[in-house]
Amino acid sequence: MHKGKGMKFVGDSRISAERKPNIPKDYSEYPGRTEAFWPNFLLKEWLVGAVFLVGFLCLTLAHPSPLEGMADPTNASYIPLPDWYFLFLYELLKYEFASGDWTLMGILILPGLAFGALLLAPFLDNGPGRRPHQRPVAIGMMLLGLVAVIWLTYTSAAHVDWEGRAEANKPVPQAEVTIDESHPGFAAYENSCLACHGAELEGGAGPSLVGIELSAEEIATIAVDGIGTMPADQFQGTDEELEQLADFIITVNESAE
Amino acid sequence: MLQKIYDWIDDRIDITPIWRDIADHEVPEHVNPAHHFSAFVYCFGGLTFFVVVIQILSGMFLTMYYVPDIENAWKSVYYLQTEVAHGQIVRGMHHWGASVVIVMLLLHTLRVFFQGAYKKPRELNWMVGVLIFFVMLGLGFTGYLLPWDNKAYFATQVGLEIAEQVPFIGQELKTLLAGDATIVGAQTLTRFFAIHVFFLPGALFALLAIHFILIRRQGISGPL
Repeated sequence: MHKGKGMKFVGDSRISAERKPNIPKDYSEYPGRTEAFWPNFLLKEWLVGAVFLVGFLCLTLAHPSPLEGMADPTNASYIPLPDWYFLFLYELLKYEFASGDWTLMGILILPGLAFGALLLAPFLDNGPGRRPHQRPVAIGMMLLGLVAVIWLTYTSAAHVDWEGRAEANKPVPQAEVTIDESHPGFAAYENSCLACHGAELEGGAGPSLVGIELSAEEIATIAVDGIGTMPADQFQGTDEELEQLADFIITVNESAE
Repeated sequence: MLQKIYDWIDDRIDITPIWRDIADHEVPEHVNPAHHFSAFVYCFGGLTFFVVVIQILSGMFLTMYYVPDIENAWKSVYYLQTEVAHGQIVRGMHHWGASVVIVMLLLHTLRVFFQGAYKKPRELNWMVGVLIFFVMLGLGFTGYLLPWDNKAYFATQVGLEIAEQVPFIGQELKTLLAGDATIVGAQTLTRFFAIHVFFLPGALFALLAIHFILIRRQGISGPL
């Protein structure tokens, strides 16, 4: 800032009355092909950002963000899983030297050493050379840590049936269901299906039957032949009853829309 | 007209030096991908900041619908996801942004590390950067609970159990985060919400400001 005698100010403020011209610096004296950040370089960054944003939005559109069913603290069978970037810490805790009596090793000492070393890297690796071959210890430790993290994340993720989890934990549609007990197919449903699929088709031992996109024929086939873990011959009755059963399930589905 | 308005303001508060200081910093040849394509590794830091901006904006819009309460949290997210126009896209951007920001942050960290760019005189900026990394992981951890679905609830419970095992302060640490010594519930959700939306972003902005001021003062590290 300009200081000294003879300074003129705007009014009684501390703003100098001498205007600094709004002209960019000249970079010709800098080495190499140096250029100004504004506007030359920012324009190129803008392009990189635009390409990145398009890729990011494609990811967002192709894979809608997942949402499982509402939290149910009484659900004892749920296997917890952290977000992917915490999986390596989660997997570490499964090793013998990091669990049981050695839990402190897994939750505090090992991560503390790794992250502490990362934080203090400039003081641990304080030689003058910047090139990787001039500091083999630092580079070696980092590569070791990187391989360990990738390996732990991979082993942890490889055991998980991601699609199965997503399927099993889908949120239950909140649609109100009307059950018409006078429907001719209801009796067949009550006898053959209700035990597993619930009084309101909400599911139980079997999946929910609300929100399925199957034709009457397909439903009838499944009722007779079974599907997935559902055994065959769950329905035992006449063909007419079978037709009524399928119609009943479709009617309930229509009422839920 | 615009020029006149600018001059009128500049006359009074002298804004030209403020923005020229940001605009006039030089971009050396070795970091410019237009001259050396391999210089794209220098983009990772800027792209991390770009994703952070996406996170801030999408997060601001998410709070217009989100209700931090155990009865309605999940329902509000479900409503946003299924009923609100483009709600799925906004939540999708926040969800995927949380992962992408970690990836970009990792790439940026590795670039700085393998180039030895943290060496004297840039030690302090490296440490600020690592602190930003920790804050970001904290944001990921607290944000994971907010949809209040099963995976959020049980992952948080495990996280709190781990915090509890820390010697001496474990119990207090858990109570501080969860709002109760044993229950993971309404208090936990509001605390995680406050941490995710106010405390950690506050820390993040302060650290980012220091990070950028230091870069501006020291300049980018020279070519290897």
